Amino acid sequence: MQIPYTLQFINLLAALLLLIAFAMLAQRRILSLINLFAWQGALLALSTFIVAYSTNQHHLYYSAGLTLLLKVLLLPYLLHRLINRLNVRWDVETLINIPTTMLVGIALVIFSFNLAAPISQLAEGITRGLIGIALASVLLSLLMMLTRRKAVSQVVAFLALENGLFFAATSATQGMPLVVELGIALDVLVATFIFGIFFFQIRETFDSLDITHMEKLKDD
Amino acid sequence: MIDLQLLALLLIPLLGGGLLAVFGSRSWAAELNSLMSFLTFAASVVLTARVVESGPQVAFHEQFFIDQFNVFLVALTAFVAFTTSLFSRPYMRIEQHHGKLTTGMLHLYYSMYQLFTFAMLVALTTNNMGIVWVAMEAATLTTVLLVSLYRTPASLEAAWKYFILCGVGIALALFGTILLYFAAERVLGQGGTALLWTHLNEVKGDLEPTVLKLAFIFLLVGYGTKIGLVPLHSWLPDAHAEGPTPVSAVLSGLLLNVALCAVVRSKVLVDGSLGTHFAGNLMMGFGLLSVLVASFSLFRQKDIKRMFAYSSIEHMGLITFAFGMGGPVATFAGMLHMTVHSLTKSAIFFAVGHAVQKVGTQQMESIRGLLQVSPTVGWGLALGTFAILGMPPFGVFASEFLIITTAMHEYPWATPILLVSLGVAFAAIFGKIQPIVFGETTAKPLPHSPALVPVFAHLLLVLMLGLYMPPYLADWYRQAAALLG
Repeated sequence: MQIPYTLQFINLLAALLLLIAFAMLAQRRILSLINLFAWQGALLALSTFIVAYSTNQHHLYYSAGLTLLLKVLLLPYLLHRLINRLNVRWDVETLINIPTTMLVGIALVIFSFNLAAPISQLAEGITRGLIGIALASVLLSLLMMLTRRKAVSQVVAFLALENGLFFAATSATQGMPLVVELGIALDVLVATFIFGIFFFQIRETFDSLDITHMEKLKDD
Repeated sequence: MIDLQLLALLLIPLLGGGLLAVFGSRSWAAELNSLMSFLTFAASVVLTARVVESGPQVAFHEQFFIDQFNVFLVALTAFVAFTTSLFSRPYMRIEQHHGKLTTGMLHLYYSMYQLFTFAMLVALTTNNMGIVWVAMEAATLTTVLLVSLYRTPASLEAAWKYFILCGVGIALALFGTILLYFAAERVLGQGGTALLWTHLNEVKGDLEPTVLKLAFIFLLVGYGTKIGLVPLHSWLPDAHAEGPTPVSAVLSGLLLNVALCAVVRSKVLVDGSLGTHFAGNLMMGFGLLSVLVASFSLFRQKDIKRMFAYSSIEHMGLITFAFGMGGPVATFAGMLHMTVHSLTKSAIFFAVGHAVQKVGTQQMESIRGLLQVSPTVGWGLALGTFAILGMPPFGVFASEFLIITTAMHEYPWATPILLVSLGVAFAAIFGKIQPIVFGETTAKPLPHSPALVPVFAHLLLVLMLGLYMPPYLADWYRQAAALLG
């Protein structure tokens, strides 16, 4: 059976998305991390556009446009401004044990494919295997949040998590209803602003954006 | 008609948020906050009366759905939000007098308070499972800056933890919602109706069970983070202890309930689809674990607000367990327990807030002899503690009794766990609160007279629910329990 070109292309994009998730996991420079996040957004917008084109769903064009605007242009721009004003543009994070993190990441990918296997079987042609990739990129972002010690990179991980979810929504279900997508986009935008406010408050109080300073609250 | 009533309920707090964003620094902002909360409460009473009388309704092209179950939470939310606004009026002024807050911070507090109420009411009344998610996230966003209101290192840490953990949790809930939509789309088709709860409920038998199973796990873990279920609870004690006391009261008394409402709605769909008790069993497991872990953690607490935060985890666990058991009696008991827990816990936080202001510390070993300085604060705390520990004749006793007897009947193995946990919680909290209330004092008088009417109003209601449940209320709760099955 000949697989349609659009589907092949979406599969390619999904693979690239997963690759970027791994790259983010190992990236130590904050600036490159934000650029990777922007690339991930671009892939997402492109894949949404192709799904829209191949299934002829008009509302998906809007959501592709929204992704482009929010995740490729606006959020990376805000993050760039933020790291400039916070003077952490050239910061390098010390990550311990990158190989181990990568191995855990691979285990997570296998786990998500297993978890998604029964669902993938239900999906019609276009979405097979994509749910596994979406879930894997969600879990990889979670792993990234756990391994990071800088507030800015935790936030980038949080936004990458949102990207994975968005990919799940477009590839598995051909897009949530528009009103829901708009609501989610608004929440993400507001969350980024609040994170920005937080960065300044945290730095003012702790003189650093290292969240290891913030592990004082204990039960006793 | 129902459209209009619902519109009033949702627009009043939204308008309040807008007004207070403009006028939040004025000297009468606190009064405006209380007024808007009162109007919201009035709107909720009108809506409640109508729904209880004529049954479940949809509004605005089915985008909103109100039945006896969520209207009960709407009324409770609006009521406690109103009394908390009354409490926060003198409380926040005293904090300002003590130099802990500036006018700018109060400005933020008032406008966010109204928006928070709005987000919770949307989450409760919407029919769209996607909008439930959006509104829950909005409720987190509005409170996160309130938790860090004091800008102390500890409060910033608590707020960051709250933001990150709840953000991650709620992201998992979104994945669950996507899976739910994936299953629904195959039955209901593309577009707007596939996420509407009423439609899903009609076709729940046709939804794909394997997908729904996985969806429920994600939804439970996601919203469960918000409920504070163990092991996802670690943000909750920090946020409650470090935020201003009115925020602790509404987080504990209201937000946790709203998250639980979302889980209960999902449970109805999933168990209906599977035809088994899968979702119920998961909820029972998480509930029991929360009750057990939280009650044993109570012993280690030194901070009074932290201790009552753990008590909230314990009670939310108990309620989750009750809804997990299902059936008319347990669901009825779960709703009753939600009501009395919200009322009692917010009353306790009000009393604790004023007590802490008198002494200037949240460390329990430094708070002594409240009765000597202020009999009302002392008795408020003492009676609230008795009530929350499930002493008769308070309403908590009635609901806990119902839950435990149902458990004995249906799941006998769970009863010893529940009884031991409740006993441990009793010993821990009573032992710590007793010297705080009685004994020699260390407290100072306050610059503004404290607001204790809400404390006693809440406790009186809880007492009444323990002694006599009006037939109107009993009927209403029974109908709601029947709807949830």
